[in-house]
Amino acid sequence: MGSPDSAVLVEMTGVTKRYAGVTALDRVDFAVRPGEAVCLAGENGSGKSTLIKILSGVEQPSEGAIRIGGEQMRGLNPRRAASAGVMVIFQDFSLFPNLSVAENIAFASELAEHRRFFNRRAARETARKVLDRIGVDIPLDARLEQLPVAHKQLVAICRALACEARLIIMDEPTTALTEREVRRLLGIIRLLKDEGVAVVFVSHKLAEVLEVSEKVVVLRNGRKVAEGPATEFNASSLTRHMTGREVAEASPGPFNGAGETLLTVEKLDKPGAFRNVSFEMRRGEVLGITGLLGSGRTSLAKALFGLVAPASGRITLDGADVPLGDPVAAAHARIGYVPEDRLTEGLFLTQSILRNVAVGRLDSHERRGFLDMTGLVGEAADWLARLKVKTPSIAAPVTSLSGGNQQRVALARWLSRAPKLLILNGPSVGVDVGSKAEIHDIIRDLGAQGLGVIVISDDLPELLATCHRILVMRGGEMVDEIEGGSITEDDLSHKLAS
Amino acid sequence: MSGGPRTEAKLTETPEFRLAIIAVAVFVLMAALSPDRFLSPQNLTSMAFQFPEFAILALAMTITMMTGGIDLSVVGVANLSAVIAATILTAFAGAGMVGGAAIMWLMIAIVAALTVGAVAGFLNGILVSRFGLPPILATLGSGLVFTGLAVAMTGGSAVMGFPAVVAVIGNSTIFHVPVPLILFALLAFGLHVLLTRTGFGLRVTMYGANPLAALFAAIDVDRILLKVYVIAGMFSSVAGLVIMSRANSAKADYGSSYLLLAVLIAVLGGVNPYGGYGRVIGVVLAVLSMQFLSSGLNMLQVSNFARELIWGGLLLLVMVINVTNWAGLRPRRAPAKAG
Repeated sequence: MGSPDSAVLVEMTGVTKRYAGVTALDRVDFAVRPGEAVCLAGENGSGKSTLIKILSGVEQPSEGAIRIGGEQMRGLNPRRAASAGVMVIFQDFSLFPNLSVAENIAFASELAEHRRFFNRRAARETARKVLDRIGVDIPLDARLEQLPVAHKQLVAICRALACEARLIIMDEPTTALTEREVRRLLGIIRLLKDEGVAVVFVSHKLAEVLEVSEKVVVLRNGRKVAEGPATEFNASSLTRHMTGREVAEASPGPFNGAGETLLTVEKLDKPGAFRNVSFEMRRGEVLGITGLLGSGRTSLAKALFGLVAPASGRITLDGADVPLGDPVAAAHARIGYVPEDRLTEGLFLTQSILRNVAVGRLDSHERRGFLDMTGLVGEAADWLARLKVKTPSIAAPVTSLSGGNQQRVALARWLSRAPKLLILNGPSVGVDVGSKAEIHDIIRDLGAQGLGVIVISDDLPELLATCHRILVMRGGEMVDEIEGGSITEDDLSHKLAS
Repeated sequence: MSGGPRTEAKLTETPEFRLAIIAVAVFVLMAALSPDRFLSPQNLTSMAFQFPEFAILALAMTITMMTGGIDLSVVGVANLSAVIAATILTAFAGAGMVGGAAIMWLMIAIVAALTVGAVAGFLNGILVSRFGLPPILATLGSGLVFTGLAVAMTGGSAVMGFPAVVAVIGNSTIFHVPVPLILFALLAFGLHVLLTRTGFGLRVTMYGANPLAALFAAIDVDRILLKVYVIAGMFSSVAGLVIMSRANSAKADYGSSYLLLAVLIAVLGGVNPYGGYGRVIGVVLAVLSMQFLSSGLNMLQVSNFARELIWGGLLLLVMVINVTNWAGLRPRRAPAKAG
């Protein structure tokens, strides 16, 4: 450990991280002082996740140095980072749902002390103290999975404090919180800062946490593009720095095509996920579905594609019933689904770019059991070209592509099947800013060509830039319907979290 | 497309090229250690008769491993098929029968054996797909059931007394080429075509590469798995018929060492046990290496017990060497959020 009065708690200098051909971080300097709150802002794909991973020892930097408490950290790993007091609270909190609040809070610190046996009373004592420290009352014996999201987050904070955290990094801390819960969180953060604990907020929507922060650092495409006192930033200047554009992308405005009804969803119900969901959409319409984490938006999207079986309800596409809970039948009815998590759900990572596209069209190119390779390859290559996938060879592994190009591969697979309805869950997650705008162009084009497109996202600028109409979900129900272009980002954000 | 992601790689960098070198090296080594006997026509012929039975089992293993699964019931299925075929042949044909009637009963016995293989494979497929059991446990259990059925039918003793024509499958040659070798070649070629030239084969590979993505790509994963295990079952019953013909009898516990050998060959042949990669040519080369090694050890009078030790050790060694390659091929469990 370095000297306790060291002026800088954590200091990263010239940190660069390269993944197979992609520079995720480019010579970034980053410093945090004790008791300071720093906003680390950037859009998806800006490098902010990479920066946290390096700071917490999950990834090793390609170049550059990290000092914690004045001490040079070489070969930093998660355990060393934790023992030096750097704690990360990820968006999913990484808690144990089947354990009690007390166990969750005390578990990590007990482990760190190399206790051989778990002492229930000592664990409760530790948990009690930490909860008192931040002035929160959560029943110690409650099972974690039964707590609301905001309480889970507090438990995660307590766990970090139990491990004597000196720096708490919070990844997207407000995405799942209502406005009241955000205010309580900010109160707790102020308390921690008074005690000398430093906090880093990592987010793409930081307006909410600006008021408790001292400093703002903005990343874009792996580079630090702005740094300064929090008082010099506001929501619009943050957005400008993050996107590198003066104005937000134009909204496509309200849908004025008189297209016939494409999709009807009636009283779709799945206990524990969504309740009584009904809506309609027309050909050529781009429909956004949004909501906080846990609002049921992803379950609903999966239900439309048959990956989740609703208990009751009805889905009709072009006048024909779509069987529920059967993705093969949904695909046959010409519904396409591009999942949120490209790496585990969307792509076959070990396979070629070509195969990742062609897998969607095997049926149509089979002649008496054998594949017509020329036709299959030609068609896939054609779609890859139409979506402007940049690659020296379509036989190369799909992992050789950047995030934006990978997303186009996933799109190409479904577009080659000529879908009537395309569901895009988080279409620009993990995609750099430039590609993001291009993917938005593609989405608007698809609508113009007469497809129905559903965009599921919590990226509000994205929804505003692509959707004719936006449905808002909260607690599993559709609570609001908004015409595109009739609302600002702030108002939409307010509707989500109220 | 058959080359898939490997069209980029140079021929000399493929695992199959390495295997070809190993096969040649083992052959040369054995020939050098014991030139008179290893290179004798008798030895070469006897090798060509010996390996097809476990090589066919290795093909069955290969297709299940392509999906990230495994079939531990291959020997059980082979023996059950053989016992049922043998029971038909002894009960209705008998040792003395010749001519058209004998051929007819042989055909019926073959169809019965293949049906047993298909049904057994279907059962495995249901356990793995509908019930979602881990393939290693499902087929371990079902293999015991199949062996148990064969024991129950025979009381544990060998079934013998076939018409002479049965020997054609395992002991005859066509243009000096052993029939079992022809059978293996046909099945190997068929499997190669199936895996590389059909939509089914490509789906098998894609499912093996990432089962979750296969689901999201609207591949009918249950049907794919069912077909895979049915094919493995039918291949196993062909192996059972070859064993039956060569031994001129069928018994519930023949070929008990073949299970480990089949797994070893598939892994040695470069099939990724996590699924998503495997080439039949690699398996064929691995079969040859193993047979050369086995015959050589035989000639050097290494005991059977030592041989099992060598196979087991070799399996672990090959996997340890390959695991560095597989690490990149394994589906990623934790989604790494880029950005």
